[in-house]
Amino acid sequence: MSAKLHSSTRRELLLGTGVLFAWAFVPRMARAEGRDPRFLTIVLRGALDGLAAVAPVGDPDWIKLRGDNALRLDGKAPALPLDGFFALNPAMPNVHRLYQDGQATIVHAVATSYRERSHFDGQDVLESGLPKPGAVDTGWLNRALVGLASDGPPSRPGRRAFAVGPVSPLVVRGAAPVLSWTPPRLPPVSDETTMRLLDLYRHTDPTFARALEDRLGLAAIARAGGMSNSPNDNTPAIQGGGIEQVRAYFGEAAGAAARFLAAPEGPRIGALAFDGWDTHVNEGAVGGRLANLLGALDGAIAAIKTNMGEAWGETVVALVTEFGRTAHVNGNEGTDHGTGTIALLAGGALKGGRVIADWPGLKESDLYERRDLKPTIDLRTVLKGLLKDHLRVDDRALAADVFPGSEAVAPMAGLLT
Amino acid sequence: MTLDPKGAALALHRFGFGPKAGSIAAVASDPLAAVLADLEAPRAGQITNSDLTSGGAENRAVYESNAERLAQQKLEQKRKRAAEAGIDNPDATAMMADKPVTTPPVAGQDQPAQPKPVPLPRQIFLKEARARFDAALDAEIGLVERLVWFWSNHFCVSFDSTVMAGAYEREAIRPYVLGRFADMLLAAESHPAMLLYLDNASSIGPTSVAGINRDRGLNENLAREILELHTLGVRTVYTQADVTNFAKVITGWTILPTVDNPDHGGEFVFNRRLHEPAPQTLIGNTYPDTGVEQGRSVLADLAHHPATARHVATKLARHFIADDPPQRLVDELTQRFLDTDGDLKEVTKALVRAPESWAPEQGKIKRPGEWLVATRRAVGRQGAIDRLMRQQALMGEPLWRPSAPKGFSDDNAAWLDGLAVRLESANTFAQAIGADLDPQAVADNALGPLATQETRLTLARAESKPQALALLVMAPEFLRR
Repeated sequence: MSAKLHSSTRRELLLGTGVLFAWAFVPRMARAEGRDPRFLTIVLRGALDGLAAVAPVGDPDWIKLRGDNALRLDGKAPALPLDGFFALNPAMPNVHRLYQDGQATIVHAVATSYRERSHFDGQDVLESGLPKPGAVDTGWLNRALVGLASDGPPSRPGRRAFAVGPVSPLVVRGAAPVLSWTPPRLPPVSDETTMRLLDLYRHTDPTFARALEDRLGLAAIARAGGMSNSPNDNTPAIQGGGIEQVRAYFGEAAGAAARFLAAPEGPRIGALAFDGWDTHVNEGAVGGRLANLLGALDGAIAAIKTNMGEAWGETVVALVTEFGRTAHVNGNEGTDHGTGTIALLAGGALKGGRVIADWPGLKESDLYERRDLKPTIDLRTVLKGLLKDHLRVDDRALAADVFPGSEAVAPMAGLLT
Repeated sequence: MTLDPKGAALALHRFGFGPKAGSIAAVASDPLAAVLADLEAPRAGQITNSDLTSGGAENRAVYESNAERLAQQKLEQKRKRAAEAGIDNPDATAMMADKPVTTPPVAGQDQPAQPKPVPLPRQIFLKEARARFDAALDAEIGLVERLVWFWSNHFCVSFDSTVMAGAYEREAIRPYVLGRFADMLLAAESHPAMLLYLDNASSIGPTSVAGINRDRGLNENLAREILELHTLGVRTVYTQADVTNFAKVITGWTILPTVDNPDHGGEFVFNRRLHEPAPQTLIGNTYPDTGVEQGRSVLADLAHHPATARHVATKLARHFIADDPPQRLVDELTQRFLDTDGDLKEVTKALVRAPESWAPEQGKIKRPGEWLVATRRAVGRQGAIDRLMRQQALMGEPLWRPSAPKGFSDDNAAWLDGLAVRLESANTFAQAIGADLDPQAVADNALGPLATQETRLTLARAESKPQALALLVMAPEFLRR
């Protein structure tokens, strides 16, 4: 697919299921400097628990806060040390390797300007780039593109933004033309969705609850027995959000995005979204559900690096989520909607190997509203820094069009090599 | 004026294809009157905006297409053989000279590969399916379309037997869903699609001219299913002798062969040479041999039999109201059927007016096809028909392809197993469009006051809009009716 991108028809691109952006616009200034930068945004929907992904193992209140659910350097599955204070979830060895090679950066205790706790509104603020939800139906990445002039025939796929997924995420939607590509495999029904439905059935419809439980039981047996669940199977069984399916989907979607971005005539800016991070019950940061998801994400990042090939050196991938989760564990071994979290940056263009944080602390009085990790870095400063130094979007456009109302939020300098 | 939005939402799910935006408010002043008014809509149940042709024409088109392809293949083989032998092949051109060649020559190596064309039967299927799905999407409430689906399943045929399955529904079912049962019965049993599906087209009277000459005989399939499934009901008032005699009555009900009827092939014909020339006795009545009229007389009597009235009343009540419908309701519908000479509009009205039909419990599970329509109505989207039909098949209800002449089951138990597959379908649907929709607004449109507190909370807490939409269409209030 990658080698033939220039001959791919629009129809083929639209047939797939991830969302990559094929741009009609190319970073002109960067080109003038002899660079050919690639930028990919991955939206993690559902609110990633930043403390479970990158743990402040050096904070004296950490173990007290999370107890048995705390990642630790001397745990059964030891966390991967980053800088002496922070450590990475052991499910992410690829990201750890990138970090050690100076190709991954973590920004901690970060948040958008949104301070309520609704997923829908939080995602809207995250992707629209506006301070309030429901204000516009365009995304900051698309508006950033509009500011970058086209320097080639608009018919070429390389002149367009690109999105992977059944629906282009809001972050890339807008006036700049976007090509979308849907991977052949649709995202499986996530465990989250199934468990929520089962919970609803248990409260309102015992017949449906039993029926769904039975099918899930069968699906688990099929998975354990290695039975195939191919689309050609005449007796379709529920996929049940098995982690293998999730891992395959993440890898396929991200890998495809990278192949498009790497192609000589391909798009240069893209976005995709991965669901499933809303871990209210049995979060499983160590060896459980969240660890599995982080592992799948780690695999997706590895796939991006592999498929980018030489272009990896000019690549930045930004992984962002709408908000974080409560500092404390709740009564169901999970975490509820919170505020501060992490942003994870990966790519050969980064000056990485750093955790950037103005650490707020974890004492009760340090927490936002005495419950959430207090955000001390505005996510917009990070994104503005990347757009400015990587794609050469100018300051005026960044403050006026891309992140309106963010004049006071300066682009973070020095993120790139 | 008091408003009854809950009754409105219930009525739209139970008697229609589920609410569209604004539907609940539109019928809240008098849900019962609105449902009854659906029966009075002009051209209700008819497909008007379509370029669909008759079943016979579809049948002939497929025949011609196959014949041309065969000719093309033979020509290619001939060319190949000639090329191998190192000679030109002038007579091939001559052979085809008087015949328009509609298939393009096979692509050479220097030509780009053409996408594989959709086979004609599949094209016909998709066109028919689209027209049917759209009729259900467009209907204000959809009771008449629901009746079409019900009766089409009662008198089911299979696309695997005939390309005319979709046309059959338009020709034999739609015109009669608000008419007389006797008329629908005759239209269905004499339609070429039914004669092919249940083998009557090849049934031959043992002492008919053809039977004697060809030494071939009776096929009881259609006669048995008419008695067992379409009219009296299994284990009622008929015997094996009645089945055999009835089969003899309808010998000669067949179709014109397409091979030598370029203009009328595939249409119904009564072929006297195949007809068993004798009077026959059925359930105590003797029918003289009056040719095709003999079968018509039997069908007319079956249509008015009390066992038929009860069988049909039970099935209607089971489909709309409950797996085990209340006895009083079945009795009332049976009586209405008998009192009105099988007037299906009157029977439907009695069903809609019955107090049992307005019980607040949503006792029935929507069948997959119905549920697919309801999901698209809820969000105002049309959907791609090939994908919709694939999903409907995966959920166990392939359109016009029942696994047996009994049709698809109307028992809840039959559809519980498919719940997990339905969740996958819901997830796919929601992933594709959910990001653009406000789940609470869709819930207001599609469920209104039917939504339980638990469902509302589940939607509000969903981690994404697509997840909320998937949960909404999988909520019990949406799956049931």
